[in-house]
Parts: sequence; structure tokens; C-alpha cells
Amino acid sequence: MMQTEEQNTSQAMQELVKGIWKENPVFVAVLGMCPSLAVTNTAVNALAMGLATTFVLLFSSILVSLLRKTIPKQVRITSYIVIIATFVTVIDFTLAAFFPDIHKALGAFIALIVVNCLILGRQESFASKNNVRLSIMDAVGMSLGFTFALLCIGIVREVLGSGSLFGLSLFGPHFEPWIVMILPPGGFFVLGFLLLYFNWLTERRKKYH
Amino acid sequence: MSTEENIIEEKEPSSFRLIMTLGVAGFLSGLILVSTYLYTKPIIAQNKADALKAAVFEVLPGTARFTTMNWNGNQLTAVEDEQTIEGELVYFGYDSSGQFTGVAIPGEEGGYQDIISALAGYDPEARVIIGLKVLESKETPGLGDKIILDKDFQSNFKELSVDPEITVVKKGEKTSDNQIQAITGATISSNAIGRLLQKSMTQWKERIDEYNRSNPSSKVSDDAN
Repeated sequence: MMQTEEQNTSQAMQELVKGIWKENPVFVAVLGMCPSLAVTNTAVNALAMGLATTFVLLFSSILVSLLRKTIPKQVRITSYIVIIATFVTVIDFTLAAFFPDIHKALGAFIALIVVNCLILGRQESFASKNNVRLSIMDAVGMSLGFTFALLCIGIVREVLGSGSLFGLSLFGPHFEPWIVMILPPGGFFVLGFLLLYFNWLTERRKKYH
Repeated sequence: MSTEENIIEEKEPSSFRLIMTLGVAGFLSGLILVSTYLYTKPIIAQNKADALKAAVFEVLPGTARFTTMNWNGNQLTAVEDEQTIEGELVYFGYDSSGQFTGVAIPGEEGGYQDIISALAGYDPEARVIIGLKVLESKETPGLGDKIILDKDFQSNFKELSVDPEITVVKKGEKTSDNQIQAITGATISSNAIGRLLQKSMTQWKERIDEYNRSNPSSKVSDDAN
């Protein structure tokens, strides 16, 4: 009994940790590219998008996992989309009501969380096959990984493109911001270099272990 | 589990069951959406009203208070209820001594992504736009959203002549007072702002002139009581 419990805990921890590093949704699985490129022009936007996605992923995973035996597999994708779309609309209204500035900054991209492959992907490949506890761990891990990745991109882009971090000016008035970094090409550059860096890290680790 | 049971379990569920599943999912989702909508609607409306109020003070420099005016088809009349945000409305601003500071005119126009809504400050005596505040836009971050953030673009609206009409030109090609200099790389958004202002002006210029002609007292506030 004790052993099973221990195993359970270690498996749960594994599900949590894998999303942050080994199966990071952005740097390893390369999912959810639309928000990763589009709303990472400042660190605050990246963080807000990460948190909004976390909310949707967590609650969708819980619900899908609870209903995994009720939903016939023929209509599962449709049902998942309905569930995801509901949570996205809820967070859309909630942000508009309580955080109008963030809502304004993220614009259309909140509604686009619906089509973030990361969320549908986790329902299809994890929540629909595992119990609620593991699904929560998986969703939290993946969300942390996603938010972490968005923040990495957002911080680099904001520092180089606007000369500030979380809205605070870093280099004083004489800094000439590298405008391209907050434009779409900057998103691709930074994402490309970060992918390169993370792949290099993984390769290096493989070599030494 | 016997083989027979396995076969039964793998049988296609009936269409009824599929339809019911989706029906129930849709129904519950609808219920959640309607309750969230009803709950957040007044808060969102209040946010918008507050943003509008702040914007009126911003586009009409020196304004201390304003009167909401409604176009009823024939003439402008003051709206009593401050919460009203529906209908064809403009906002007459006055400074602390009751001097008329101008009219704030809301407008909407299709941008690059979605409708841009903005508030323009108009001085009917000098016939110039004296301020512009974008209230809502979903323009591209980093490009089109410069209509809000770009200081150079904003400086177009310090003293923009509305006669004969407002036009948009490329940056550095401004030759007369009625031209807006577009943002490089965001021509569509810049043009949308130009069209928005021109539309507001065609709609309201005459009406406001008419009102100020027939109510010369409006220039000095009648709010003495």
C-alpha cells in the first residue's frame, strides 16, 4: 500500500515536472506558436497570456478527465472544443470586467486560446486517458512550462525592443530600442534562438549522462 | 471480461447518445456563458463609461466637467442620465470657470483587424481637432497599435484643421494643416483613423455649428444654478 502511494506521488510529480522541461510545450513540443509569437512583445503580456492559458488548460483538463467515460469517442473532439471554448469565453469576459488593461493588451489573442493546440492536445493525449489527479498535475506542469517559455521570449523581446522590463525602463533615455524585436520578425528570431539553445542543452545533457 | 462483452462495448454508440452528449454539453456551456455574460456585463459597461469619461478630459485639454449631448434627429439636447452610453452622443466640455472647451466626438471605423473606436476632441470655433484618444482597437501589437502609443502620430492631433477635409499622407509629406502623417508600416490603421475623423466631422460639424448658433449661451456654461 505504502509503495503504491509512493509510486503514485512520484508519477504525479513526474507528470508535473515533464511539462516544465523535458516536454516543454513551446521549446520541445513546439505547440501554441500563435500566442508564443504574437503576444510576447512585453513580459507582462506574456505572463498574462500564460496565466489565461493556465486557467483554460487546468479547468478543461479537470472536466475532460471527469467526463472521460461519459463522452463517446466519436464526438470527443467536438465536446473538448465546446468545453475549451466555454472556459475561454469565461476568461475573456472576466478579464474584460476586472482587468480591462490586460484585456486590451491581449486583444483578439484571448479568444484565440481556443485554437491553441497545446490545450486540445493535452485533452486528447492525457486528460481523456488519466484520472483527475494526474490530469491536474499534467495541466499545471504544461501550463508552467508554457508560461515559462512565453516569459523567456517576452523578457528578451521587451528588454531588447523597448529597453524595459515589466514596464520599468532599464537603460535610461539614451537607449535606442531595437524595434524589430517587438515586431513579428523579432518573435521569430527570439523563438528560433531559444529553440536552438534548449536543443543544445538537451544534446549536451545526453552526451554527459 | 469475456470476449463477448468486449464486442458489445466496442459497438458504435447510438446516434441518439451522440446527439444527447453534444446537446447536453452545448446546453451547459450556454448556461455558463449566459451567467458569466450577465454577471460581467454591468462591470464591463462601467469600465467603458469610466474610460470614456477619462478620455473626454484627455481630448479636451482644460476640461473640468462635461455635458452629454444627444442628437434626437433634429437638434442636440442635453442628456440627464450620466450613465447613458447608447445613442448618438457627443460631449460638450467646460473648464472650471464654465468656459466652453470643445466637443468630444466618439467615432468608429474598420481597422486592420477589427473596429477601431476613438474619441476626438474638436474645437468648433477654431475648427481644429485638438485631441484624439483610441478607446478600443485590436490592431497588430507593435505595428497598428502605434495609433495609440506613437507620440509622433499622436502629435498629429494637436491642431488638425478639419477644413476642407481630413486626409492622411505619408510621413514627412505633410503640406497643410488638414493632413495626418501616417505611421510607417501601419498605413491601414493610420488611414482608418483618418476616415474615422472625417466621418465624425461630416456627421457632427454642421450639427454642432447649428447648436452653437442657436444657443450662443452654450459657450458659457449655463450651470450657474
